[in-house]
Amino acid sequence: MSPRLRWRKFVSGFMLTMTGVCALVAVSALFFILGYLVYHGGTSINWSFFTKLPKPVGEAGGGMANAIVGSAKLLLLASLLGVPVGFMGAIYLAEFSGSKVAFVVRYAADLLNGVPSIVIGIFAYSLVVLPFKHFSTLAGGFALGLMMIPITLRSTEEFLLAVPRALREAAMALGASKWKTIATVIVPAAYRGILTAVLLAFARVAGETAPLLFTAFGNRFWSPGWNQPTASLPVMIFTYAVAPYDDWHRQAWAAGLVLLGLILVINIIARAILARGIAVPRA
Amino acid sequence: MAAISTVPSAGPISGSRSFLNRLRDGDEIARLITFLFAGSVVLVTVLLIFELWRESVLPRHKFGLHFLFTRVWDPIADQFGALPFIYGTLVTATVSLVIAVPLGIGAAIFLAELAPARLSDALEFFIDLLAAVPSVIYGLLGVFIVVPLMRDYVQPALKNTLGFLPLFTGPAYGIGFLTAGIVLAIMVIPYIISVSREVLMSVPRDQREAALGLGSTRWESTWKVVVPFARTGIMGSIFLALARALGETMAVTMVIGNTPTISASLLSPGYSIAAVIANEFTEATGDLYLQALIELGLVLFLLTFLLNGMARLLIVLTSQRGGGTVNA
Amino acid sequence: MKRIAGSFLAALTVVLTVVVFAHAALSINGAGATFPYPMYSKWFDEYQKKNPSVQINYQSIGSGGGIKQVTEGTVDFGASDGPMNDEQLKAFQEKHGFGILHFPTVLGAVVPTYNIPGVTSALNFTPDALAGIFLGKITKWNDPTIAGANKGVSLPGNDIVVVHRSDGSGTTYVWTDYLSKVSDEWKNKVGKGTSVNWPVGLGGKGNEGVTGQIKNAPNSIGYVELIYAVSNNIPYGSVKNSSGAFVKADLTSVSAAAAAAAKTMPDDFRVSITDPPGKTAYPIASFTWLLIPEKFSDAAKRDAIKGFLTWMLADGQGYAEQLSYAKLPKEVVAKEEKALAKVQ
Repeated sequence: MSPRLRWRKFVSGFMLTMTGVCALVAVSALFFILGYLVYHGGTSINWSFFTKLPKPVGEAGGGMANAIVGSAKLLLLASLLGVPVGFMGAIYLAEFSGSKVAFVVRYAADLLNGVPSIVIGIFAYSLVVLPFKHFSTLAGGFALGLMMIPITLRSTEEFLLAVPRALREAAMALGASKWKTIATVIVPAAYRGILTAVLLAFARVAGETAPLLFTAFGNRFWSPGWNQPTASLPVMIFTYAVAPYDDWHRQAWAAGLVLLGLILVINIIARAILARGIAVPRA
Repeated sequence: MAAISTVPSAGPISGSRSFLNRLRDGDEIARLITFLFAGSVVLVTVLLIFELWRESVLPRHKFGLHFLFTRVWDPIADQFGALPFIYGTLVTATVSLVIAVPLGIGAAIFLAELAPARLSDALEFFIDLLAAVPSVIYGLLGVFIVVPLMRDYVQPALKNTLGFLPLFTGPAYGIGFLTAGIVLAIMVIPYIISVSREVLMSVPRDQREAALGLGSTRWESTWKVVVPFARTGIMGSIFLALARALGETMAVTMVIGNTPTISASLLSPGYSIAAVIANEFTEATGDLYLQALIELGLVLFLLTFLLNGMARLLIVLTSQRGGGTVNA
Repeated sequence: MKRIAGSFLAALTVVLTVVVFAHAALSINGAGATFPYPMYSKWFDEYQKKNPSVQINYQSIGSGGGIKQVTEGTVDFGASDGPMNDEQLKAFQEKHGFGILHFPTVLGAVVPTYNIPGVTSALNFTPDALAGIFLGKITKWNDPTIAGANKGVSLPGNDIVVVHRSDGSGTTYVWTDYLSKVSDEWKNKVGKGTSVNWPVGLGGKGNEGVTGQIKNAPNSIGYVELIYAVSNNIPYGSVKNSSGAFVKADLTSVSAAAAAAAKTMPDDFRVSITDPPGKTAYPIASFTWLLIPEKFSDAAKRDAIKGFLTWMLADGQGYAEQLSYAKLPKEVVAKEEKALAKVQ
């Protein structure tokens, strides 16, 4: 074997091993993150974390019950805005629109998707907080819903388009009108993908903090109704993490674990749904 | 009219029926309703850009383009300049890419070329999960794990070995451009890996086999044939990562030091556009101050907009050439 | 599958509605200073226990934020340790058609805290030392200006890490107000305000953020409200007052700082007590104010706030000292009780 060939073989083996190292580093990052969260958060999670309100500054104990409920309310509002708009808009793009209109809508959705979340927060502040003169769950839900729209829209459109032509043509041949075809054949065929899209969008905004900073603001108590400021898990994590109190740090870890756990579970479920097949023709 | 209901409408109907007549047809209603929803997306996006433009009128008139090049950020003297924040945003994004791109492409190569299919899929699953971790959690880990590591081990080591470079001068605070860049790198690696892996896997087999048939080593066929073939998709993933790094708020504000400084040293604390908006928005007294922050938001939006545009252009250009994959 | 999802959603809605409406108390929102946050959070918690129908939600976002949000009208009241200046008062008046009142709540102290490896005692700081450090002119801990006042303490030759506030802060206002009084160079170069152009240093968000930074960064120095240093067990120094004595911040020295001003308190309660006369006075102390609009359109809110203020001036003062804040002087309390009538 010539020396040159030996060298090339060595380089090959070396570089390929390096790529393995890269993959190892990347994946270990995830395990480190999970590990630290489980370790620090797991030791701090207790029943009071889920049931108690925050205590005055400096006093130990207290929990994040209001933040958990607050996040739930915010996400509910966000879904009420993001899912219908994304879903219906996708149906329009996939079934009804001409190519020019479709281009404009898709472009706008991509643009909206690319807007940094803090800028969405600014927009929601000037649109919802200022006119109503209130920081509120509504404003926070609006900001998060805006972020859900493009994700749901684009993914749903893709899954609708992936439904085989044969299904549509069969329905047409049987005399169904367009909207009937959509409602009874196409959407059910694509329902797995749509559900996945919705779940992934939900998981994505569940962890968003920046847009809530000046919309939902914060609350040390329960937030009554929808028009008052509310605590939320991500904002509490931020507030507690940068503070000097050790008890708050522990609570931040616990909250981080709960939040990440929720997001990961949703992601895994979404992928599992998708893996079982898309556009399965109904018998 | 009776015959029409059994024939599904296909596309725009000729104008022979009046609007109200058409409205009785279920399809037209469905079309209208879904159009309204789709239109609202466009409306909201336009409104957003309009609001950003309208609510930044004061500093735009007062400073003009100088806003982008002024270093001073002095709320008392009503002097506002975006330069330190643009600098911080770009520096942290660059540092993150310098770390994430080699690691990401390397990992993608491993997953696409070397790993057995089951391992590759399993690892990809985990890496996709990494992409789902929210920013504030990265910030949490940054504050409690990365910052002490940087302050006690990494930064002193850098100063001792490479301290002659202007890049690594100054006290080792633990926070700063470098730390923010590292945290950002961890955040964007999953994007680079998953997109690059997909692109690499879709390179036709015969490319590899041709190279191997000509006597190249495994590495040579990968690096000199497969990767260039997948070049556009990989570039696309880097743009995607860059766009994320530029807009990142929470993780950055927790580890960058929140000081509007321009410094050649990576160990120095700094500030990014998103971080200053997050910190100062609720307390900006005075219209000029608040609008200056909104103008910063506009600048950030334009930056990400330009980047996305370049990424699309790249995809269009190279898909026309035929080499590389068409991956939107 | 769909039925399960449907019934789950229905159950969720029911639960949320119950939770949401079960806690329909009168909700009042305030925001502002981090300086008195430990005090306020205790007060609002206690007040809510005594009056379960009133929920006062206070967010500590910094004095600048308090002034801004109460002017915008997005919160019902604000809080600041830097009193609103004439321009800000005018802006409020123009926006709402009526004015805004300052109500002092407690007295607090801003202390220089530090984290120097090996130094656990309380250092003595002269005005020159503090000004020099924060101007960036004094860069090492063993600088003669610092060492000269601390004979007997061995200070390392490490670089000083300065930490200041990154947000608009009343604590910053008090600190820079003091430095402007004792250092002409500071006055001309930087000035006083809730947000200044700092010559050097790292930024931390809120008193909490600065304390956190100091705890984590060796060789650092910053300025925080007394309770933050005390409850986090970080050392803080004594400051030389106008009579030449090195005074450590505590209830007595802070009360002494307010003694002179208490007698000459202006009607709008806006007064600065930094660098006061008095041998035992702590030089960097301040009142902290609640910013209450003169008129409320919602009578229930107005009564609730007035009720709280009355309680605060009486029972509330009893909670101050355990959190290291000094009670208001008697003269000031009396004056405030009269001023309450102005809130309509």
